[in-house]
Amino acid sequence: MRIYLDNNATTIVDRRVKDAMMPFFVEKFGNPNSLHSFASDTHPALKCAMGQLYNGINANQKDDIIITSCATESNNWVLKSIYFDHILNSEKNHIITSEVEHPSIIAVCKFLESLGVEVTYLPVNSQGIVEVATLENAITDKTALVSIMWANNETGMIFPIKEMAQLCQAKGVLFHTDAVQAVGKLKVNVSDVPVDYLSFSAHKFHGPKAVGGLFIRQGKRISPLMHGGEHMGGLRSGTLNVAGIVGMGYALEIANRYIAYEDKSIRYLRDKLEDALLDIPDVFIIGDRANRTPNTVLASIKGVEGESMLWDLNRSNIAASTGSACASEDLESNPIMEAIGADLDLAHTAVRFSLSRFTTEAEIDFVIEKTNEAVKRLRAISSSYAYTPKNHKSEL
Amino acid sequence: MAFEDLIGGSIWDEYSQKVQDLMNNPQNQGEITEEDAERIGGKLIVADFGAESCGDAVRLYWVVEEKTNIIKEAKFKSFGCGTAIASSDTMIQLCKGKTVDEAVKITNIDVEHAMRDNPDTPAVPPQKMHCSVMSYDVIKKAAGQYKGVDAESFETEIIVCECARVTLGTLQEVIKLNDLKTIEQITDYTKAGAFCKSCIRPGGHEEKEYYLVDILADVRAEMEQERLKNIADGIVTGTTTATFADMTIVQKLKKTEEVIDEFIRPMLIMDGGNIEIIDIKQERANIDVYMRYMGACVGCASSSTGTLFAIENTLKEKLDENIRVLPI
Repeated sequence: MRIYLDNNATTIVDRRVKDAMMPFFVEKFGNPNSLHSFASDTHPALKCAMGQLYNGINANQKDDIIITSCATESNNWVLKSIYFDHILNSEKNHIITSEVEHPSIIAVCKFLESLGVEVTYLPVNSQGIVEVATLENAITDKTALVSIMWANNETGMIFPIKEMAQLCQAKGVLFHTDAVQAVGKLKVNVSDVPVDYLSFSAHKFHGPKAVGGLFIRQGKRISPLMHGGEHMGGLRSGTLNVAGIVGMGYALEIANRYIAYEDKSIRYLRDKLEDALLDIPDVFIIGDRANRTPNTVLASIKGVEGESMLWDLNRSNIAASTGSACASEDLESNPIMEAIGADLDLAHTAVRFSLSRFTTEAEIDFVIEKTNEAVKRLRAISSSYAYTPKNHKSEL
Repeated sequence: MAFEDLIGGSIWDEYSQKVQDLMNNPQNQGEITEEDAERIGGKLIVADFGAESCGDAVRLYWVVEEKTNIIKEAKFKSFGCGTAIASSDTMIQLCKGKTVDEAVKITNIDVEHAMRDNPDTPAVPPQKMHCSVMSYDVIKKAAGQYKGVDAESFETEIIVCECARVTLGTLQEVIKLNDLKTIEQITDYTKAGAFCKSCIRPGGHEEKEYYLVDILADVRAEMEQERLKNIADGIVTGTTTATFADMTIVQKLKKTEEVIDEFIRPMLIMDGGNIEIIDIKQERANIDVYMRYMGACVGCASSSTGTLFAIENTLKEKLDENIRVLPI
C-alpha cells in the first residue's frame, strides 16, 4: 500500500476524467481552429468543457475564462499585463500582494520591482491569513492591483477574499486571486465574489497537468502575453490543448459534486489525523481548523527536521510534504513559518499532510501509526531532546 | 549540466547506499553520561554546533583518556536531514580511537569520502555537502573544549567555501594567476561555490564573513591598481611597455600634451595661433582627441584642412594609429 497525502502539490487524475480525454489523442485529434470535419469533431466536447468551467465557478457568459498551460502562467499573465496596461506610462505604480503567496506571484513581483514597480507584501497574522484591515491600510491612489490567494497551499487557511474583493471594488482597484487551492475544494462563485481575475489549475482537482485557466471579468480584459494567432479570442495564442480542456472541464464538474463529501468526510479524516498529531507532545498545528480547506493540515513537530520526517514517512510508503529546509533544492525554511511568526526553532519542522476525496480511513489510521513511529525514532536521534550533563551549558 | 538540471527533485536519488543505510540505522547515535565516562575511564566532553532555527544542529559526546589524549568513546545526537545524520554518524566512526590532535584533522571532505559507495561517485548531491560541514565544525569545538583553547585556533587559514574547503589565500591567488573575471570561472577552477552556494553572495543559506563576489571585486580592483601603477612607473622611468591605448585618460592627456608641445605648438605660436585639448574619448576602435583652435588659428582657412591633417598625422605617428582629431 502506498499512501498519497500530498494533494496540495498535485492529485491523481480521476479515471473518468482520463477516459473522457482519451478520444482526443487519436480518434479526434483535429485542430479546433481549422476548417474541416477533423476540427469540428472536437467542437461539441470543447463547448461542453467550457460550459463546465463557466458553471464550475458560476461565471457569466460575458466574462472570459481563458485556458492557459497552468496557474503559474495565469498568475504571470495577470501581473505582467497589469504592468503593461496599467502601470507603464501611467500614474499608478503600486501592486499589493501577501508574504505567503505562491512563488509564481512572489517571483513575478520581485521581477516587476526590478522594473521600478512598488510592491507591498502584506504580513499575515498568527493564523496565517491577511486581515482585511491590513489590506485597507496598504491601498493608495497609486495602487493598480491587489493579488491575494484564496486559500494558502501550505496551511490550507482560507483568506477573506469576498471582503477583500468588495473593498477593492469600492476603491476602484483591480483585484486578482490565485484560487489554485480553492477551486474544486471550496465553493467558488465569481458572481458572488467580485474578483476581477482568478487563476486555477486542473491538476489540483484530479484533472490533468499542464492545463489551467484565468477568469477575466467582463470589461477587465488585459493584453495577451502569448501573441501568435486567434486562439481564445486572440487573448492567449497557441493551438488548443483539446484533451486538457476536456479533462479540466469534466474534472471541475466532478470535483464540485464532491465538495459536500469532502467538507464532511475528508474533513473528518483530516481532523482525526490532526487530533492524533496533537496527542504527540510538542506538536503544533498552524491555523484554526474551522477556517481551513478541509483536506490540509500543517504540523510542526519539535525536534524533528522536515526532510528527516519525509524520509521516514517515505520508507513507510507515505507521501507528505514540507516546503522547508533540505527537502527542497534550496536550503531555506518554510516561509510560512516565518510569516506567521512561529518560534524560530520550529522553522524547519513543518510537515504538511494534504488529503483528497480518494483518501480512506484505513490509510489515515496507518499514517497515524507510522507518524508516531517516525517521531519516536527521530526524536531519539535528535539533539533537541539530548542529554545535557550538569556542567554543560547547552548551545543548541 | 543543463540536461541534468531541468527536472528537479532528485536529491534522494543521489544519496549513496551508505548514506541511506546510516540514515535508516545510525550506528553511533546516543548519549554519554558523566557516570558512563567515569566507568570508561576518561573525561566527558560535550560540544554543540548549529541551531534548530538554522535547520541543523549536532551534539557530540567524547570520552577522552587524559593520559593518552585518545578518544575512547564517542556518540552524537542530531537535528537535521538525512545527510546531517549520516555525516555525524560517520564522523563519530572516524574519531573513535584517534587522539584529539588526529581527530581535529578530520574534515567534511574525509567524512563525505567515507560515505561513498565507490571512490568516484560523490556520496551526496552538491547542495547537501553543506550538511556535512557541521560534523567537522563540532570536532573543532570539542577539541577546543578539551584543550581549553578557542575552536578557531585549529584553523590556520581562512576558509571561504566550507563545503569544498577553499581558503581565502587560494582564491586570491587563482583569480590573479588566471585573470579570472566571473564567479563561474572561480567555481570551475576551485569548486568554491559549487555546493550550497552560501559563499557566493550575501543572502544565501548561511551568513559568511567573506563572499566570492567581494573577493573577486577586491582582487580585480587590486589587479587594476597594479596595472596602473606599472604604467605610471614605466612612464616615469621611461621604460614603459604600455601602449597609448592602454593608458589611463590622464596619462593619455599628458602624453598628447607632450607631443603637441614638442612638435605642434611651436609652429602654431610662430603664426600667432595655438590649440587646447578639450577631451579625449575612446570611441570603439578610435581614440578621439577633441581640441579647440585659439588666436590666429581661429578662422584660418587651413585649420580644417592642412593644419588639421598635420596635427592628426603627428599624433598618429607619435602615439597611436587610431587617433582622430576633432576640432570644436
